[in-house]
Amino acid sequence: MDFFKDHILSITLFFPLVGVFLVMLPKKDDTVRWVANVWMFIGFLLSLPLVCWFKRSGDMEFSEQYAWIPSIGATYHVGIDGISLLLIMLTTLLGFICVLCSWSAIHERVKEYYAFFLLLQCGMLGVFMSLDIFLFYVFWEVMLVPMYFIIGIWGGPRKLYAAIKFFLYTLVGSVLMLLSILYLYFQYHAQFGGYSFDISELMKVVVDPHTQVWIFLGFFVGFAIKVPMFPFHTWLPDAHVEAPTAGSVILAGVLLKMGTYGFMRFALPLTPLGATNSKVVQGVVILSLIGIVYGALVSLMQKDWKKLVAYSSVSHMGFVTLGIFAMNPNGLSGSLIQQLNHGISTGALFLIVGIVYERRHTREISEYGGLSNIMPIYATLFMIITMSSIGVPALNGFIGEFTILQGAFEANRVWAMVAVSGVVLGAAYMLWLYQRTMFGQLTNPKNQNLKDVNVRELAVLLPLIAWAFWIGLYPKPYFDILEKPVAKIVERVHPGYFAQQKAAPVQAAVAEGK
Amino acid sequence: MSGFFTGNDYFLTTPAVLLALFGCGILLIDFLHEARHKFMNAVTALLGLGFTAYQLVRIQTQMDLQGRTELPGLHDSLLVDHFAIYFMLVCVSATFVAILISVRYLEIEREHHGEYYALMLFALLGMYFMLTGMDLVTLFIGLETMALSGYILAGFLRRDKRSNEGAMKYFLLGAFSSGLLAFGFSLLYGISGSTNLAAISQALAQRPPGDVLASLALLTTATGLLFKVAAVPFHQWAPDAYEGAPTSVTGFLSTAPKAAAFGFLIRIFLAGLFPMHLAWQPMLAMIAVASMTVGNLAAISQNNTKRLFAYSSISHVGYILLGLVAGNATGLQGINVYILVYAFMNLGAFTVLVALRRADIIGDEIEDLSGLYYRNPGAAVMMLIFLLALAGIPPTAGFLGKYFIFLSLIESQHYGLAIFATLYVAVALYYYMRMTAMMFMKEPASDEPLSMSPGIKIALGLTLVATLLIGIYPEPVIQLANAAILR
Repeated sequence: MDFFKDHILSITLFFPLVGVFLVMLPKKDDTVRWVANVWMFIGFLLSLPLVCWFKRSGDMEFSEQYAWIPSIGATYHVGIDGISLLLIMLTTLLGFICVLCSWSAIHERVKEYYAFFLLLQCGMLGVFMSLDIFLFYVFWEVMLVPMYFIIGIWGGPRKLYAAIKFFLYTLVGSVLMLLSILYLYFQYHAQFGGYSFDISELMKVVVDPHTQVWIFLGFFVGFAIKVPMFPFHTWLPDAHVEAPTAGSVILAGVLLKMGTYGFMRFALPLTPLGATNSKVVQGVVILSLIGIVYGALVSLMQKDWKKLVAYSSVSHMGFVTLGIFAMNPNGLSGSLIQQLNHGISTGALFLIVGIVYERRHTREISEYGGLSNIMPIYATLFMIITMSSIGVPALNGFIGEFTILQGAFEANRVWAMVAVSGVVLGAAYMLWLYQRTMFGQLTNPKNQNLKDVNVRELAVLLPLIAWAFWIGLYPKPYFDILEKPVAKIVERVHPGYFAQQKAAPVQAAVAEGK
Repeated sequence: MSGFFTGNDYFLTTPAVLLALFGCGILLIDFLHEARHKFMNAVTALLGLGFTAYQLVRIQTQMDLQGRTELPGLHDSLLVDHFAIYFMLVCVSATFVAILISVRYLEIEREHHGEYYALMLFALLGMYFMLTGMDLVTLFIGLETMALSGYILAGFLRRDKRSNEGAMKYFLLGAFSSGLLAFGFSLLYGISGSTNLAAISQALAQRPPGDVLASLALLTTATGLLFKVAAVPFHQWAPDAYEGAPTSVTGFLSTAPKAAAFGFLIRIFLAGLFPMHLAWQPMLAMIAVASMTVGNLAAISQNNTKRLFAYSSISHVGYILLGLVAGNATGLQGINVYILVYAFMNLGAFTVLVALRRADIIGDEIEDLSGLYYRNPGAAVMMLIFLLALAGIPPTAGFLGKYFIFLSLIESQHYGLAIFATLYVAVALYYYMRMTAMMFMKEPASDEPLSMSPGIKIALGLTLVATLLIGIYPEPVIQLANAAILR
């Protein structure tokens, strides 16, 4: 047990990798499916103790560090704080759900499909656990390959185009990020003599503000493409539309979070002066606001169900980056909650699309209409998820958006005002989508015999819905988990922020007293 | 002078002597083998390589025991140091793999002659003197020994027009570049009055900057050298020679002679022409950028895999030259790592191409790769790993080479070059992924299995293990490469 407790992160991380070889063994497709599902489920169960044993200390917990490449100072160093904990739980849960939802969707090359998913899972978990930036980079790139294949082999008609676009876009970003990493690494060597890729070590490097802006830009390109922020988002609709359902879910649910996670874990702490440069902040926030409004407007006019959800991701992720660059506790923790929310509700939306797509093999919104008449359970689930996505109170979306807006308001009122319009537009496109597909008369004869959701599909959606309600009704544990790591980031980018906050009322009182 | 051969002379020439003996031995016993036993020639050659490698390691151990970093020999015309031994070991390993993949290929081509293996050993013999030579004449003779063997190997398919054409182009341009190089060498001799690199370096240091004669010598020597490594704008021979040569020979030519040519180039630039580094570093930077640009952009539109690999190797030359442009320890270490890694991943890819060769199809069009996954999943996955390595995706070994080159550029503050070089990684990925898409996402062109021989299987295993192991646990290789930096 002690061994398990000491190495829980490594076990969680490499468990899916073992599965890659395991799913190669059976001959029958059904056996492969069982093995993959059971394996992913155990993987999820293995990650649960993380929640119980997590001490909210604010430091990196469960950390393990071993020498890896001593001559360049790269180590195998993993550890998690509250931020990574939440994203890891999201990854293990969504990973299992994705594998489960592919049961009847994938008929060709089943073995390879599950092998790539398990490999992807390992890569994603590695990204969220790495505390050594070299290790992080390896996982960051490794995960591109399985995703490329998932889109490229099991995707729609334009799969090759979408797959290579996804791969190239992300790679361009990550190689530029690599240069920033190397610069910091070299400066560390110049200033301290040794070689290290450890984040906590690299944070000691002193770099002048001007250069920090350039380093930040390197990180920015890498992460902004992944998020994706406007105007780097063009790969996203293609990738989503062409990817199989599970690919879209994992792409929206987890892969996009790697970009925002990168901002919080690497870009802000490593280049605080670059990230807080007023021009940089303005630029990033303006891009986020454009993303929010533009994503929502483009969603409004989509004819393709999946593309609509894809563009809504651009809008939602705009909120997340806005929250990050508000750079105050509310903005950052709201942004993290919103990352979870986006994983839950957009993941669920893609699952919803996948369910009818599997039955009808079309995603044209005009092909549907009146589905609530014959698929009542489906319509109910879709309703709840729509509500969660547009931020109705009592569901998760509200908590995230509200906190982000609060943070943005504290930073700059105009930002919050513009961002609010995104909430309104979000309600518009989601409700209109719901209306067009679910309500009205069932006119299309092809839809007459659609079956309602089966038990497996229900099992796929219910955990997400339950999670949505949990965050919506009782978000306190989440904010508790996030409080210390977020405070750390804020203190890093705005030294003395909390002292000022405490002093501010006193000063105000003094001023009034005069 | 106590005698013609002194001290270490015998010892230091043993690798070359071994190679010559085994080469001649193969020629002698070749006609004794029946046609179906021709593979014994390959076994003999592999044995020779084994002995050579053993001897190289012995020289290295001897050197370490004596606490020296270099052993001069033959009146200072040879200099065996860690650098030379490291590069030579890379060449030996590359030749080893190339021989493994040749047997079945030559059988299919019906050109299975002992000369083939003898020529490979002779080429290796030339490489030994290219890498250890400190004297212009020794260096030049080494170069020509290697090059002449290479020309014949490229044209080894006598009945094939493309092979003849490729060999002819290779020979003409090679001879031309050798001429230029000889001209440069004669100027260097004229400046210094010596053929020894150390003396030349001293003489060049005396010259004022911007000296016309020295500049002319630099220009001609550099042009000759850059021809040999196929850097832009001296690359035109590579695509034709690569396409025409038997695939196994292309694999060989793109790795072992390339590694040797780089060792040769680095030795001349650092040991001989170093006083002029302010002149040649910007020049090499331009050549590197041009090589990456032309190599990567031209590779995109190729439909023949061998031509594609020719252009991709031109772009790799650009990356390697960048290490020399940075000119610091990391850069030189990066070159060492890059060349080792490149030898394995490139030969791995060529091994898969060789396995595609069957009696009726040539297997060197990109279409021939289509559906490879259905025909042989193992080969397709391995090819994928080699291609990812060539593109520089971690955790394959290819990333490591690029990592050091990028780091050296950052260290020497060549930020523009660094951004340029990293962005070309994405371009390169595009054409490597084109091949991947062919293998995994297209229907197979034919259902016939690949022509797998034990040699090819061993070669695939070796290259795969090297490509992955060096990527995942690079520590030993990094230390080796670090020890082998030319100081």
